[in-house]
Amino acid sequence: MDRIPILKLRDLLLVTIQVDMHDRLAMQLQDELTSRISETGARGVLIDISSLDIVDSFIGRMIANTAAMARVLDAETVLVGMQPAVAITLVELGLTLPGVRTALDVDKGMALLESGSRGTAGTTGSGSSSPDARRPG
Amino acid sequence: MPVVRAEAVELRSAADVVSVRQIVRTWAIEAGFTLVDQTKMVTAASELARNTIDYGRGGLARLELITEGTRRGLRIAFEDHGPGIPDVQQALTDHYTTGNGLGLGLGGAKRLVNEFDISSRVGEGTRVVITRWK
Repeated sequence: MDRIPILKLRDLLLVTIQVDMHDRLAMQLQDELTSRISETGARGVLIDISSLDIVDSFIGRMIANTAAMARVLDAETVLVGMQPAVAITLVELGLTLPGVRTALDVDKGMALLESGSRGTAGTTGSGSSSPDARRPG
Repeated sequence: MPVVRAEAVELRSAADVVSVRQIVRTWAIEAGFTLVDQTKMVTAASELARNTIDYGRGGLARLELITEGTRRGLRIAFEDHGPGIPDVQQALTDHYTTGNGLGLGLGGAKRLVNEFDISSRVGEGTRVVITRWK
Protein backbone atom coordinates (compact mmCIF):
# COMPACT_ATOMS: atom_id res chain seq x y z
CA MET A 1 0.00 0.00 0.00
CA ASP A 2 1.09 3.59 -0.69
CA ARG A 3 2.58 5.62 2.08
CA ILE A 4 3.40 9.32 2.20
CA PRO A 5 6.83 9.88 3.75
CA ILE A 6 7.17 12.15 6.77
CA LEU A 7 10.63 13.71 7.13
CA LYS A 8 12.01 15.07 10.38
CA LEU A 9 14.25 18.15 10.19
CA ARG A 10 15.42 19.52 13.55
CA ASP A 11 12.16 20.01 15.46
CA LEU A 12 9.95 20.11 12.38
CA LEU A 13 8.08 17.43 10.44
CA LEU A 14 7.91 17.88 6.68
CA VAL A 15 5.38 16.26 4.38
CA THR A 16 5.18 16.68 0.62
CA ILE A 17 1.99 15.21 -0.81
CA GLN A 18 2.83 14.19 -4.36
CA VAL A 19 0.12 11.68 -5.17
CA ASP A 20 -3.60 12.02 -5.78
CA MET A 21 -4.67 10.68 -2.38
CA HIS A 22 -7.62 8.39 -1.93
CA ASP A 23 -9.54 8.85 1.29
CA ARG A 24 -7.91 6.04 3.27
CA LEU A 25 -4.44 7.33 2.42
CA ALA A 26 -5.44 10.80 3.62
CA MET A 27 -6.71 9.39 6.92
CA GLN A 28 -3.56 7.31 7.31
CA LEU A 29 -1.40 10.41 6.83
CA GLN A 30 -3.44 12.28 9.46
CA ASP A 31 -2.92 9.45 11.97
CA GLU A 32 0.78 9.02 11.21
CA LEU A 33 1.49 12.72 11.46
CA THR A 34 -0.23 12.93 14.82
CA SER A 35 1.75 9.92 16.11
CA ARG A 36 5.04 11.32 14.83
CA ILE A 37 4.43 14.69 16.53
CA SER A 38 3.90 12.87 19.79
CA GLU A 39 6.93 10.57 19.35
CA THR A 40 9.38 13.24 18.22
CA GLY A 41 8.14 16.22 20.18
CA ALA A 42 8.12 18.21 16.96
CA ARG A 43 7.14 21.85 17.34
CA GLY A 44 6.07 22.41 13.78
CA VAL A 45 4.51 20.58 10.84
CA LEU A 46 4.95 21.76 7.29
CA ILE A 47 2.60 20.27 4.68
CA ASP A 48 3.55 21.00 1.08
CA ILE A 49 0.63 20.58 -1.34
CA SER A 50 2.24 22.23 -4.39
CA SER A 51 1.84 18.98 -6.36
CA LEU A 52 -1.87 18.61 -5.57
CA ASP A 53 -4.12 19.73 -8.39
CA ILE A 54 -7.28 19.47 -6.32
CA VAL A 55 -8.22 19.67 -2.66
CA ASP A 56 -11.78 18.56 -2.00
CA SER A 57 -13.71 18.71 1.26
CA PHE A 58 -12.32 15.37 2.46
CA ILE A 59 -8.66 16.32 1.98
CA GLY A 60 -9.45 19.78 3.36
CA ARG A 61 -10.96 18.22 6.47
CA MET A 62 -7.90 15.98 6.88
CA ILE A 63 -5.63 19.04 6.77
CA ALA A 64 -7.80 21.01 9.21
CA ASN A 65 -8.03 18.03 11.61
CA THR A 66 -4.28 17.45 11.46
CA ALA A 67 -3.67 21.10 12.33
CA ALA A 68 -6.13 20.89 15.24
CA MET A 69 -4.53 17.69 16.61
CA ALA A 70 -1.06 19.18 16.19
CA ARG A 71 -2.09 22.25 18.16
CA VAL A 72 -3.32 20.10 21.03
CA LEU A 73 0.11 18.43 20.96
CA ASP A 74 1.84 21.84 21.09
CA ALA A 75 2.87 21.96 17.42
CA GLU A 76 2.07 24.54 14.75
CA THR A 77 0.98 23.50 11.25
CA VAL A 78 1.69 25.48 8.12
CA LEU A 79 0.21 24.52 4.76
CA VAL A 80 2.34 25.64 1.83
CA GLY A 81 2.29 25.72 -1.96
CA MET A 82 -1.43 25.74 -2.69
CA GLN A 83 -1.99 26.26 -6.41
CA PRO A 84 -4.11 29.34 -7.27
CA ALA A 85 -6.78 27.25 -9.06
CA VAL A 86 -7.06 25.07 -5.95
CA ALA A 87 -7.42 28.13 -3.71
CA ILE A 88 -10.19 29.60 -5.90
CA THR A 89 -12.04 26.28 -5.94
CA LEU A 90 -11.69 25.70 -2.18
CA VAL A 91 -13.23 29.05 -1.34
CA GLU A 92 -16.16 28.50 -3.74
CA LEU A 93 -16.64 25.05 -2.29
CA GLY A 94 -17.03 26.77 1.08
CA LEU A 95 -13.91 25.41 2.72
CA THR A 96 -11.81 28.12 4.32
CA LEU A 97 -9.54 25.94 6.51
CA PRO A 98 -10.05 27.84 9.76
CA GLY A 99 -7.10 27.55 12.11
CA VAL A 100 -4.65 26.46 9.42
CA ARG A 101 -1.75 28.81 8.78
CA THR A 102 -0.61 29.06 5.18
CA ALA A 103 2.45 30.27 3.30
CA LEU A 104 3.19 30.54 -0.41
CA ASP A 105 6.16 28.17 -0.47
CA VAL A 106 8.35 25.96 1.71
CA ASP A 107 10.87 28.78 2.41
CA LYS A 108 8.18 31.12 3.72
CA GLY A 109 6.52 28.29 5.63
CA MET A 110 9.79 27.41 7.39
CA ALA A 111 10.32 31.08 8.25
CA LEU A 112 6.80 31.25 9.70
CA LEU A 113 7.35 28.15 11.85
CA GLU A 114 10.73 29.37 13.08
CA SER A 115 9.42 32.83 14.00
CA GLY A 116 6.39 31.17 15.61
CA SER A 117 8.45 28.91 17.86
CA ARG A 118 10.71 31.81 18.86
CA GLY A 119 7.66 33.91 19.68
CA THR A 120 6.24 31.13 21.82
CA ALA A 121 9.51 30.52 23.60
CA GLY A 122 9.85 34.25 24.28
CA THR A 123 6.36 34.92 25.52
CA THR A 124 5.76 31.90 27.70
CA GLY A 125 9.15 32.21 29.38
CA SER A 126 9.02 28.57 30.41
CA GLY A 127 11.93 27.92 32.72
CA SER A 128 11.82 24.16 32.56
CA SER A 129 13.59 23.79 29.25
CA SER A 130 16.05 26.02 27.51
CA PRO A 131 14.34 27.92 24.70
CA ASP A 132 17.74 28.50 23.13
CA ALA A 133 18.18 24.78 22.52
CA ARG A 134 15.26 24.84 20.12
CA ARG A 135 16.46 27.78 18.10
CA PRO A 136 17.88 26.74 14.78
CA GLY A 137 21.18 28.36 13.84
CA MET B 1 -28.12 18.49 -27.50
CA PRO B 2 -25.46 16.48 -29.40
CA VAL B 3 -23.32 14.13 -27.36
CA VAL B 4 -19.80 13.94 -28.76
CA ARG B 5 -18.63 11.17 -26.48
CA ALA B 6 -19.94 9.22 -23.50
CA GLU B 7 -18.46 6.92 -20.90
CA ALA B 8 -19.69 5.29 -17.71
CA VAL B 9 -17.40 4.78 -14.73
CA GLU B 10 -18.20 2.45 -11.84
CA LEU B 11 -18.09 3.90 -8.35
CA ARG B 12 -17.47 1.23 -5.72
CA SER B 13 -14.46 2.16 -3.57
CA ALA B 14 -12.31 5.10 -2.49
CA ALA B 15 -9.91 4.26 -5.32
CA ASP B 16 -12.74 4.86 -7.82
CA VAL B 17 -13.04 8.46 -6.58
CA VAL B 18 -9.41 8.98 -7.59
CA SER B 19 -10.06 7.35 -11.01
CA VAL B 20 -13.06 9.61 -11.63
CA ARG B 21 -11.01 12.68 -10.75
CA GLN B 22 -8.38 11.66 -13.30
CA ILE B 23 -10.91 10.87 -16.06
CA VAL B 24 -12.83 14.12 -15.47
CA ARG B 25 -9.55 16.04 -15.65
CA THR B 26 -8.73 14.49 -19.04
CA TRP B 27 -12.18 15.22 -20.41
CA ALA B 28 -12.20 18.78 -19.05
CA ILE B 29 -8.91 19.43 -20.83
CA GLU B 30 -10.42 17.99 -24.02
CA ALA B 31 -13.45 20.26 -23.64
CA GLY B 32 -11.01 23.20 -23.62
CA PHE B 33 -11.65 24.27 -20.00
CA THR B 34 -9.29 26.73 -18.32
CA LEU B 35 -7.21 25.39 -15.42
CA VAL B 36 -9.57 26.96 -12.88
CA ASP B 37 -12.65 25.49 -14.60
CA GLN B 38 -10.98 22.07 -14.82
CA THR B 39 -10.21 22.25 -11.09
CA LYS B 40 -13.80 23.22 -10.23
CA MET B 41 -15.28 20.39 -12.31
CA VAL B 42 -12.83 17.80 -10.93
CA THR B 43 -13.51 18.93 -7.35
CA ALA B 44 -17.30 18.84 -7.84
CA ALA B 45 -16.99 15.34 -9.34
CA SER B 46 -14.84 14.22 -6.40
CA GLU B 47 -17.48 15.38 -3.88
CA LEU B 48 -20.35 13.73 -5.75
CA ALA B 49 -18.51 10.48 -6.46
CA ARG B 50 -17.76 10.17 -2.74
CA ASN B 51 -21.43 10.78 -1.91
CA THR B 52 -22.43 8.04 -4.37
CA ILE B 53 -20.09 5.60 -2.61
CA ASP B 54 -20.57 6.64 1.02
CA TYR B 55 -24.31 7.38 1.04
CA GLY B 56 -25.63 5.67 -2.12
CA ARG B 57 -23.78 2.35 -1.60
CA GLY B 58 -22.01 2.75 -4.92
CA GLY B 59 -23.21 3.46 -8.42
CA LEU B 60 -22.14 5.01 -11.70
CA ALA B 61 -20.72 8.24 -13.04
CA ARG B 62 -21.87 8.87 -16.62
CA LEU B 63 -19.69 11.38 -18.45
CA GLU B 64 -20.79 13.16 -21.60
CA LEU B 65 -18.90 15.62 -23.74
CA ILE B 66 -21.67 17.74 -25.23
CA THR B 67 -22.09 20.62 -27.67
CA GLU B 68 -24.83 23.22 -27.92
CA GLY B 69 -24.43 25.55 -30.86
CA THR B 70 -20.79 26.54 -30.76
CA ARG B 71 -20.18 25.88 -27.07
CA ARG B 72 -18.81 22.69 -25.56
CA GLY B 73 -19.54 21.33 -22.18
CA LEU B 74 -18.98 18.46 -19.84
CA ARG B 75 -21.96 16.81 -18.18
CA ILE B 76 -21.69 14.13 -15.50
CA ALA B 77 -24.55 12.17 -13.97
CA PHE B 78 -23.95 10.38 -10.64
CA GLU B 79 -26.46 7.61 -10.11
CA ASP B 80 -27.03 5.22 -7.27
CA HIS B 81 -29.73 2.85 -6.08
CA GLY B 82 -29.12 3.62 -2.44
CA PRO B 83 -31.55 4.74 0.28
CA GLY B 84 -32.35 8.10 -1.36
CA ILE B 85 -32.50 11.53 0.28
CA PRO B 86 -35.73 12.29 2.19
CA ASP B 87 -35.26 16.07 2.17
CA VAL B 88 -33.21 17.28 -0.80
CA GLN B 89 -33.42 20.97 0.16
CA GLN B 90 -31.99 20.19 3.59
CA ALA B 91 -29.23 18.04 2.04
CA LEU B 92 -28.22 21.02 -0.13
CA THR B 93 -27.77 23.22 2.95
CA ASP B 94 -24.15 23.88 3.86
CA HIS B 95 -22.91 22.02 6.93
CA TYR B 96 -25.85 19.63 6.92
CA THR B 97 -24.50 16.10 7.14
CA THR B 98 -25.74 12.69 8.17
CA GLY B 99 -22.27 11.16 7.98
CA ASN B 100 -18.83 12.17 9.08
CA GLY B 101 -18.30 14.80 6.40
CA LEU B 102 -18.34 18.56 6.56
CA GLY B 103 -21.69 18.74 4.82
CA LEU B 104 -20.20 20.75 1.97
CA GLY B 105 -20.50 18.02 -0.68
CA LEU B 106 -23.81 18.75 -2.41
CA GLY B 107 -24.06 22.49 -1.84
CA GLY B 108 -20.37 22.96 -2.56
CA ALA B 109 -20.53 20.94 -5.78
CA LYS B 110 -23.53 23.01 -6.89
CA ARG B 111 -21.53 26.23 -6.52
CA LEU B 112 -18.68 24.84 -8.65
CA VAL B 113 -20.74 24.12 -11.78
CA ASN B 114 -23.04 25.99 -14.19
CA GLU B 115 -26.00 23.59 -14.00
CA PHE B 116 -27.01 21.32 -11.16
CA ASP B 117 -29.94 18.96 -11.02
CA ILE B 118 -30.81 16.49 -8.29
CA SER B 119 -33.60 13.96 -8.07
CA SER B 120 -34.00 11.43 -5.32
CA ARG B 121 -36.59 8.92 -4.21
CA VAL B 122 -36.49 7.30 -0.79
CA GLY B 123 -35.80 3.60 -1.19
CA GLU B 124 -34.94 3.91 -4.90
CA GLY B 125 -31.86 6.06 -5.23
CA THR B 126 -30.40 9.41 -6.16
CA ARG B 127 -29.30 11.02 -9.41
CA VAL B 128 -27.24 14.22 -9.49
CA VAL B 129 -26.38 15.81 -12.84
CA ILE B 130 -23.79 18.56 -13.16
CA THR B 131 -22.82 20.50 -16.26
CA ARG B 132 -20.06 22.97 -16.85
CA TRP B 133 -19.68 24.91 -20.10
CA LYS B 134 -16.46 26.16 -21.61
